[in-house]
Amino acid sequence: MSAVTKTTPEARVHPYDVEGIRAEFPILSRSVHGKPLVYLDNANTTQKPRAVIDAIRRYYEEENANIHRGTHWLSEKATEAYEGGRAKVARFLGAASPKEIIFTRGTTEAINLVASGFARDFLKAGDEVLITGLEHHSNIVPWQLACERTGAKLVVVPITDEGEVPIDEFERRLTARTKLAAVSHVSNALGTVNPVKAFVALAHARGVPILVDGAQAAPHLPIDVVDLDCDFYAISGHKMYGPTGIGALYGTEEWLEKLPPYQGGGDMISSVTFEKTTYNVLPWKFEAGTANIAGGIGFGVAADWLSGVGLPAVAAHEHDLLVHATRQLSAIRGLTIVGRAKEKAAVISFVLDNVHPHDIGTILDREGIAIRTGHHCAQPVMDRFGLPATARASFGLYNTRAEVDALAAAIEKVREVFG
Amino acid sequence: MTDLRDLYQEVILDHNKSPHNYREMPDATRLALGNNPLCGDKLKLYVRVEGDRIADVAFQGSGCAISKASASLMTDAVKGKSLAEAEELYGKFHDLLTGPPDVKADGAGLGKLAVFSGVREFPVRVKCATLAWHTLESALKNSHEVAKTE
Repeated sequence: MSAVTKTTPEARVHPYDVEGIRAEFPILSRSVHGKPLVYLDNANTTQKPRAVIDAIRRYYEEENANIHRGTHWLSEKATEAYEGGRAKVARFLGAASPKEIIFTRGTTEAINLVASGFARDFLKAGDEVLITGLEHHSNIVPWQLACERTGAKLVVVPITDEGEVPIDEFERRLTARTKLAAVSHVSNALGTVNPVKAFVALAHARGVPILVDGAQAAPHLPIDVVDLDCDFYAISGHKMYGPTGIGALYGTEEWLEKLPPYQGGGDMISSVTFEKTTYNVLPWKFEAGTANIAGGIGFGVAADWLSGVGLPAVAAHEHDLLVHATRQLSAIRGLTIVGRAKEKAAVISFVLDNVHPHDIGTILDREGIAIRTGHHCAQPVMDRFGLPATARASFGLYNTRAEVDALAAAIEKVREVFG
Repeated sequence: MTDLRDLYQEVILDHNKSPHNYREMPDATRLALGNNPLCGDKLKLYVRVEGDRIADVAFQGSGCAISKASASLMTDAVKGKSLAEAEELYGKFHDLLTGPPDVKADGAGLGKLAVFSGVREFPVRVKCATLAWHTLESALKNSHEVAKTE
């Protein structure tokens, strides 16, 4: 397979044209309860630009066929499009080769793939798996299952009151028994950006491989897996303006060769007899059954589209929103922002005195504003702060300052209703 | 179009702020836990059953305004009632909240509980309103299970 060329699609010319970007998202012009939609639940899932929607429709209208197994023109076209999607995702992540990109259902499945392989071949009783107190359930439970199965122990790096993972605390917990570390790049619940490059260096200094959960990082900051030097990096299509039901696991060729197959079935094999079955080469060794072909295609288009907007420009725009929102929300009586890391993505988790997050969510919904309330699939984070739930506004590249103002006004309205 | 005031009526807001029977009950004969993991409502329900009557009922916990107000109003409604009467009220309340949208909500026989009729228009919040009642059901059947609305 040819190496990935380093040329990325041309980033758009500055200044950041948020209205032009919004115009590319059909759903953003709709109303909810008679009010214009203010979509601030991007950490949950993002909306899709026309380019992605059209690519998927076009695939089904003009090029749909099964891949890797046909000798007819349509199947050739479909295969090209799907593998083309893989190459785009490889380029997006800065991977050395598309064969290091495994398409999965999402970040959750990507992590389960690694955890399952580790449980089978690399973990034994007494070994340790290191994670942090910031993790999403999808970067906790697969490791709990792996530890349960093997008798290995899950070690958790505690977080500070600001919602940060101190580097020295991480280092302290890397022992001679640590077989793998798994950390999030960006916290979905609090927005904390972790110093993953430092974590990777520390882990590698002790010969410990490291998996990075990049689901919340991919839409917000440029990623270069070779520069990070991580062994695994997992992302989801739907969190980065791509379709649902598709994600990717980046793994170094070395590690992907070492890991056993995850699911068995068609496509991941080389030859099958009842006596012995041999497996396919990378990446297909880890892709059993008919893939989410349309998803892979849409995912690639989303990756290119996002690169076209330019992650540095996106990060700058969202940082401005974060600063503006933090200022506005901090001024609201009785409001406390949870998670005040020095480096944050545009996510604000907050609580309001005497008002349950669920009630905040309902009142905001009536104003057309979509946020998430609850534990955000991060119950340990909520427990750490002694909270049953928080309200979370998470911004995306199409949100505006006016929308931040609308959020603040709506929270004031909550104050009015509840006193 | 339904108004937010249909959901957050004065009575509900009052009961959220100052819930009735919000205390522990050391002499409870039944205890049940209720949980709405998706939205973070947690409830501990204490009941003292004497014969076939609910002599006393109280609750503790944290949750949204709807779940708290519902628990509060429920304790008022079932205190002193027979187990059969409480069961009947549960059925009526459940119907009020989950009836089809085109049929007008019928609050007859529910007294103050009828104030929750507006919840029907906010399907996401129905589980909040019914949590206390599911928990009561669990306490009366003494099933020792944590009542869940999922």
